[in-house]
Amino acid sequence: MTLTQQRKLKTILVGIASWTIALLLFFPIFWMFITSFKTELQAISVPPQLFFEPTLENFTIVQERSDYLKHAWNSVVTSFGATILALIIAIPSAYAMAFFPGKRTKDILLWMLSTKMLPAVGVLVPIYILSRDYGLLDTQLGLVIIFTLMNLPIIVWMLFSYFKDLPKEILEAARMDGASPWGEMTKVVLPLSVGGIASTGLLSIVLCWNEAFWSLNLTASEAAPLTAMIASYSSPEGLFWAKLSAASTLACAPIVVFGWFCQKQLVQGLTFGAVK
Amino acid sequence: MKRSITRLLMAPSVILLLVWMVVPLSMTIYFSSINYNLLYPGRNNFVGWMNFEFFVTDPGFWIAISNTLTLLLSVLIITVVLGVALSALIDKPFAGRNVVRVLLISPFFIMPTVNALIWKNMMMNPVYGIFAWISNSLGLEPIDWLSNYPLVSVIIMVSWQWLPFAILVFVTALQSQDTEQKEAAQMDGATGWHIFRYLTIPHLARPIAVVVMIETIFLLAVFAEIYVSTGGGPGYDSTNLAYLIYNQALLQYDVGVASAGGLFAVLLANIVAFFLIRAVGKNLTV
Amino acid sequence: MNSLTKTAVACAVSLAAMNAFAETQITVATVNNGHMIEMQKLTPEFEKAYPDIKVKWVTLEEGVLRQNVTQDIANGSGLYDVMTIGMYEAPIWGERGWLEPIDTSGSYDVNDILPSIRGGLSYDGTMYASPFYGESSMVMYRKDLAKKAGVTISDRDSWEHIRDAAAAMNDPENGVYGICLRGKAGWGDNMAFLSAMANSFGARWFDMDWKPQLESDEWKNAVNFYVDMLSKYGPPGASGNSFNENLALFNEGKCGMWIDATIAASFVTDPKQSKVADQVGFAQSPYAVTEKGANWLWSWALGIPAATQKADAAQKFVRWATSKDYIKLVGAKNGWGAVPTGTRQSTYENPKFQKAAVFADAELKAIKSANPNDSTLKPSPYVGVQFAAIPEFQAIGTTTGQMVSGALAGSLTVDQALKSANRSADRQMRQAGYY
Repeated sequence: MTLTQQRKLKTILVGIASWTIALLLFFPIFWMFITSFKTELQAISVPPQLFFEPTLENFTIVQERSDYLKHAWNSVVTSFGATILALIIAIPSAYAMAFFPGKRTKDILLWMLSTKMLPAVGVLVPIYILSRDYGLLDTQLGLVIIFTLMNLPIIVWMLFSYFKDLPKEILEAARMDGASPWGEMTKVVLPLSVGGIASTGLLSIVLCWNEAFWSLNLTASEAAPLTAMIASYSSPEGLFWAKLSAASTLACAPIVVFGWFCQKQLVQGLTFGAVK
Repeated sequence: MKRSITRLLMAPSVILLLVWMVVPLSMTIYFSSINYNLLYPGRNNFVGWMNFEFFVTDPGFWIAISNTLTLLLSVLIITVVLGVALSALIDKPFAGRNVVRVLLISPFFIMPTVNALIWKNMMMNPVYGIFAWISNSLGLEPIDWLSNYPLVSVIIMVSWQWLPFAILVFVTALQSQDTEQKEAAQMDGATGWHIFRYLTIPHLARPIAVVVMIETIFLLAVFAEIYVSTGGGPGYDSTNLAYLIYNQALLQYDVGVASAGGLFAVLLANIVAFFLIRAVGKNLTV
Repeated sequence: MNSLTKTAVACAVSLAAMNAFAETQITVATVNNGHMIEMQKLTPEFEKAYPDIKVKWVTLEEGVLRQNVTQDIANGSGLYDVMTIGMYEAPIWGERGWLEPIDTSGSYDVNDILPSIRGGLSYDGTMYASPFYGESSMVMYRKDLAKKAGVTISDRDSWEHIRDAAAAMNDPENGVYGICLRGKAGWGDNMAFLSAMANSFGARWFDMDWKPQLESDEWKNAVNFYVDMLSKYGPPGASGNSFNENLALFNEGKCGMWIDATIAASFVTDPKQSKVADQVGFAQSPYAVTEKGANWLWSWALGIPAATQKADAAQKFVRWATSKDYIKLVGAKNGWGAVPTGTRQSTYENPKFQKAAVFADAELKAIKSANPNDSTLKPSPYVGVQFAAIPEFQAIGTTTGQMVSGALAGSLTVDQALKSANRSADRQMRQAGYY
């Protein structure tokens, strides 16, 4: 075998291996999607059915029982709202830490990350009581505040590592031109780091969308996002996998499709400063 | 002057996080020192260390700590090792690479509760699940995953969720790997393994540190997956610290003990973080 | 303030303003069980009858619901105007003054409600929650399989007889398991079943000094019997099965016998969901040394939190949803086999129901024979058949359930499981100051 042939064979083998693994890892999602078009009896039939007459009945039932659009809207508002708010707060500090590091910058960063380690179960009651006292229970604003604070440390940290790796020469040139730190940030740093900011935001949106502890405990009817909708289909009286799959598909589809579209962006931006 | 501007820029996030930490934390510390049960209003006397003692002497306490650490380490190892391997595998172009990448990262977008529901019901159920069907087709006895290997089941679910994240970060990092260096090494007759071992791995040191760091923060507090799938059992077999707090304290609305448990979890997190930062810190360039 | 917050605040204010002018809107929290989902579907009927009231629903799975409504009521948040609670919560919360007494005046006909159910939802003679449906437990079995195996199942068999019957019907080669029982950990899951079983072995949760009795011989006998029978003649993965899973197994024709909630009877006899609908027989729960407490008693009920601002509208809703007319409405719409049962004597006297529900007599007999105030052979200080109506029980029952499911899965011995459950219960009771 010649070297080129060998290379070709290798590429084909790599392709086959990659496809197999990818399909295996994707299978549970595929199966959930398929199951959502089955009847309940087909959903638990043994052996599992791959070919069947699809029905939209489950989706109709889910829509009848829960106001999908309202839940979805709550999810959109809270995850995008919290992400935008967190970015607005995080960008200046990440910038300051990256370009004007002090002796304690490292400590501050680590401390920020450590605030994420307080387990939600342990502080449920304090947060619940505070939310009640400030009228934030079952409001979108309440969830936005919680999600913002929850993700702020990671956002600051990601932006910090991204900013740190920007080429120093450009900044120095700007400083020579007498730009103020504010001007430097808005005119030089931000345009250069659109990719990093976008992927940080994407990550934060995904984390907010999938957050299930606070969104279940702090909402009732008005601000309940899609995670709360799932809780009305899990473990009911009877085995309803098809309806559960339909509800899950509806709850996950927006963020999965969103993730697919933004995947290029994510892949380019999640550098965590690894690019030198 | 610069200094004050820097401080001004940092102030919002520092102050917010300080409030976010200090207010619940001080309330938690206060609650942990009193008798506070939601179902017994008005019995809020000071009890000293009793809540802590109660939480630590729980028969499940040490099991929960060891499960928390087992879960953390297993998922870290699985996601980092498989993540590096898979991202190296799809680093070179082949037919449909983009689709493969999309498929590989998809599980990260699935809600943890849905993740656990899919695995528990449709994959691992010993009668109707896919795994049971595979076992039966091969003439084997189906494995009852959630009862016989509860912690392993949880590890599988959580790894499935976080492997895509590792792949994302590593794929990104590999894109920036110096191809000239690799080609030069190839010219010198280095094997694929050598290139992987001596060029790719060192290049990935920092992304690995990042993945370990971020995942640790989330893995120490895994709750939804356990709540939905095994409920911490059988026995204490899949109870981690977060679940123990829920089970021993919140189930009976004993806020005092829950607060004490919460403080223990913070302590554990900081111990882990301390070792972690020593281990991977030099790669973090903070 | 950034623009987002401004918008959010503006939205909140305008929403609040809108509500002030609109009709009364009540928020009802409920579990995602079949009968409640039916109630949600029938909301338009209620709104037709009371045009000035609008109903909003929050439907959640049992565990999440319980956590949400408990937070709400204990902190007086007032997010819900009507909440679905169980027989466990009603007396505890009623005692604390957290629930409005139910308005049972006039046409509501409170005396029609089955006495044991009414008693379980009352504290000090006042009913704090209206039963939406009620249930006990009984044996459901496959007549065809019993005949084939040459066994007969009748009311109040002994546990030994049930075990022998399970052995005779067990045929795993052909996908039939002798007996299906709850194994999934939880005070309302495996422990609901097992407490009733243990009662019939003469066991009790606490003695008169509130000391946990889980290490007593009675408990050991009961749990050993249960673990032994279920591991030998039960389906694989029994330690993960609760009501849902067993219902699916039974409907698929995989169980010879199933001892569970009477409410299951209407599902297993419904040909639309059960493959064995015409082959199901019913019998009263088995016993070992006593019939006392051998079958459990539970009710899902509607309560009104004291913190609500809309008590009048809430009362109207509760009265509507638990009335005779509501049952008739469901009967007319979905057939009498599908009405919520276990609440009113009049349901069982209705000839249409008797005709549609082959399980009617067995269910009524089971519910009537359960007495939450006297359910143990030796005296006990608590109310409740398969639970003790004290706040600590939820955690104690769940921990015990965890341990027993560990024993069932084989990771612990029964003695170890009960020992560690008892120790944990003892700690809990000590902590709560019972002794």
